[in-house]
Amino acid sequence: MKKLLLGNAAVARGAYEAGVRVVASYPGTPSTEITESIVEYPEIYAEWSPNEKVAAEVAIGASIAGARSMSCMKHVGLNVMADPVFTAAYTGVNAGLVFCVADDPGMHSSQNEQDSRHYARASKIPMLEPSDSSECKEFTKLAFDLSEKFDTPVFLRLSTRISHSQSLVELNEREHDELKPYEKNPAKYVMMPGNAIKRHVDVEKRLEALKEYSENAEINKAEINSEDIGVICGGTTYLYAHEALGESVSYFKIGMIYPFPDKAVIEFAKKHKKVFVIEELDPVIETQCRALGIDVIGKERFTLLGEYTPALIKKAVLGAEIPDDNCLEESLPARPPVMCAGCPHRGTFYVLKKLGLTVSGDIGCYTLGAVPPLSSLDTTICMGASVSAAHGMAKARGMEFNKKLVSVIGDSTFMHSGITGLTDIVYNKGANTVIILDNSITGMTGHQENPTTGYTIRGEETKQVNLIALCKSLGVEHVVVADPFDIKEFERVVKEETNREEPSVIIAQRPCALLKRVKYSGHCVIGENCKNCKMCMKLGCPAISVKDDKVVIDKTQCNGCGLCVNVCPFGAISKED
Amino acid sequence: MVKSIMIVGVGGQGTLLASRILGNTVIREGYDVKVSEVHGMSQRGGSVVTYVKYGDKVYSPTIDKGEADLILAFEILEAARALPYLKSNGTMIANTGQINPMPVITGAAEYPENLAGKLEKKTNLIKLDALSLAEKAGNIKTVNVVLIGVLAKNSEIPYEKWVETIKETVPEKFLDVNLKAFEIGYNV
Ligand SMILES: Cc1ncc(C[n+]2csc(CCOP(=O)(O)OP(=O)(O)O)c2C)c(N)n1
Repeated sequence: MKKLLLGNAAVARGAYEAGVRVVASYPGTPSTEITESIVEYPEIYAEWSPNEKVAAEVAIGASIAGARSMSCMKHVGLNVMADPVFTAAYTGVNAGLVFCVADDPGMHSSQNEQDSRHYARASKIPMLEPSDSSECKEFTKLAFDLSEKFDTPVFLRLSTRISHSQSLVELNEREHDELKPYEKNPAKYVMMPGNAIKRHVDVEKRLEALKEYSENAEINKAEINSEDIGVICGGTTYLYAHEALGESVSYFKIGMIYPFPDKAVIEFAKKHKKVFVIEELDPVIETQCRALGIDVIGKERFTLLGEYTPALIKKAVLGAEIPDDNCLEESLPARPPVMCAGCPHRGTFYVLKKLGLTVSGDIGCYTLGAVPPLSSLDTTICMGASVSAAHGMAKARGMEFNKKLVSVIGDSTFMHSGITGLTDIVYNKGANTVIILDNSITGMTGHQENPTTGYTIRGEETKQVNLIALCKSLGVEHVVVADPFDIKEFERVVKEETNREEPSVIIAQRPCALLKRVKYSGHCVIGENCKNCKMCMKLGCPAISVKDDKVVIDKTQCNGCGLCVNVCPFGAISKED
Repeated sequence: MVKSIMIVGVGGQGTLLASRILGNTVIREGYDVKVSEVHGMSQRGGSVVTYVKYGDKVYSPTIDKGEADLILAFEILEAARALPYLKSNGTMIANTGQINPMPVITGAAEYPENLAGKLEKKTNLIKLDALSLAEKAGNIKTVNVVLIGVLAKNSEIPYEKWVETIKETVPEKFLDVNLKAFEIGYNV
């Protein structure tokens, strides 16, 4: 039976058919739906781990214990899990082990545009890259076979357009469901120098064998259509190039990026007068081709930035001009993402903006606190950095600066990597104020449970981390819970805590407005006594705007959260059913 | 031959469901199909674009400028933004409803006037007020299905195939109102 599946869902299907038993991941666009789709298979144990490092270690442990295992993450998640991954390359596996990493060319939903293919060579782990959903499933299964055959973890590399495109997939049965025996084997699994030195020898030997495999692998394939132009490509660019150039050129589709099929590509290049390398982001294939002495055309014609399109390829290869746009004469206002109506973060940023604080920011829906009119965030680097970077800022500039400085970090992000930063503040005599934006869910990536929500990935009840007790146990003596919609009280709390010369934590508690259990009702209306002071406009609520110089609330956008009612200095806004 | 359809709107409007209904309907006709979706950050009230392509064999899941046979726009400013993607003889179906983007709300930009009129001069435009039609169907949340109805009418895929997909996609509880919304859209 053929089914229309997202690339991500197809990876999950592949894992299911390959007999995977354990999947541990941390959410991150564009990888999230892989693990969400795993939940459809009751045979597989699945979890959201607190962060990617933990997730990778869970998968590594499960593999050593004999179960085929997988961990999935977005590109920057691979940075977080790099430590165990690089050493898992040395231990190898017992049952198959796959790390599935999804890059985001074009940065639809990311803070950088790193090319994770570099990790394959750096960690000496083979990497496969599929081009559509059907290959997502097949390559996942192949990855597990290769993992066991060559005793190595295997990377599956996706990118946004592969992860988030649906195409047809043939479904098969679960083929393999074996729990391999577990045997104690310290020489293989205890990576202290004496053992690791020997394992490194095995790693290099294994790479030789994998190289041999890659040369003849079916997933590295040549399609010869022409003697003039040959195109070396893989993943998305195979699709774009085929769309742009059709059968007029030959293709070498790289399905296994690492180890690279050197000889096969040299053979292919020999057959063509001109050879192009078309790959998004960094010149990974190109550099390899040049090292092999192949004269290729690459990044001198193609950008290092963003996503490619068939039109861009047509222009670079054939010199075809991109036709003029049919568009309206006027420029159109942009539509950047905004915090939803009813978002609890809005109250927090309204207060921080009002108080004119320096805000060390983090990653989540609340990063939108950086855009007008809330315009509050000063920095966003990576998950957890809000806390530790603020500690650095305070150490750099002293106590007076510190009293005008806060960190903001979501509940999921705090569990991911905020705890260590807070520990640092307490240990190294900092006096920062950290605001944990506890909206009871991992919002940005589309509502995943996390250790603070009290539910597992399958929606089963579980122990809930007590944030107050956690912070106190680290040594933070001042931990306050406040409702960001109670503007006056929230402002008072922020002033009090930032003034302290000791570490403090404010837990801004109010659930995400999109959670099913959150039932705001009716909508807000502006009454006769509106003085048009536009105070409510400072909230940046998508439901409130100005029409003919009067403030109006759009009923279809408003969910009746009532924050504007609390903000209006004249009591002119009320709620209606 | 590959047919290229673009669905554009504002994050949260239900464009994803529309593209999935379309994708699952065309496979009933035996086509190869690719649906490219948007998840993550831009779903938070930003411009969203999904592509649906079908035919004998589809390579790229994305659509270049000047290549869409049809654009289904859930919001009129997004329709204007998507115009460069439409083929010169393509059709634009647009909901005339207006959602202010943040730069307009903050006063940094103005919402352009009479977009439907301007689009009409540039393209073959089918415009409708999908919100009031959804109200007529009995639930304002069915705007997306009303629009799917209009799309269905302008496609070569038979009516029953659409209904089959809707029946498979929409939860039982909401089926009647969605079928009604589809019907209303189909007869615009
Ligand atoms: C290392 C890493 N992993 C994953 C992500 C993807 N990501 C961005 S924010 C976020 C979590 C947001 O949840 P939370 O902190 O609870 O804030 P909310 O969005 O709910 O406001 C995730 C998983 C990332 N950017 N970096």
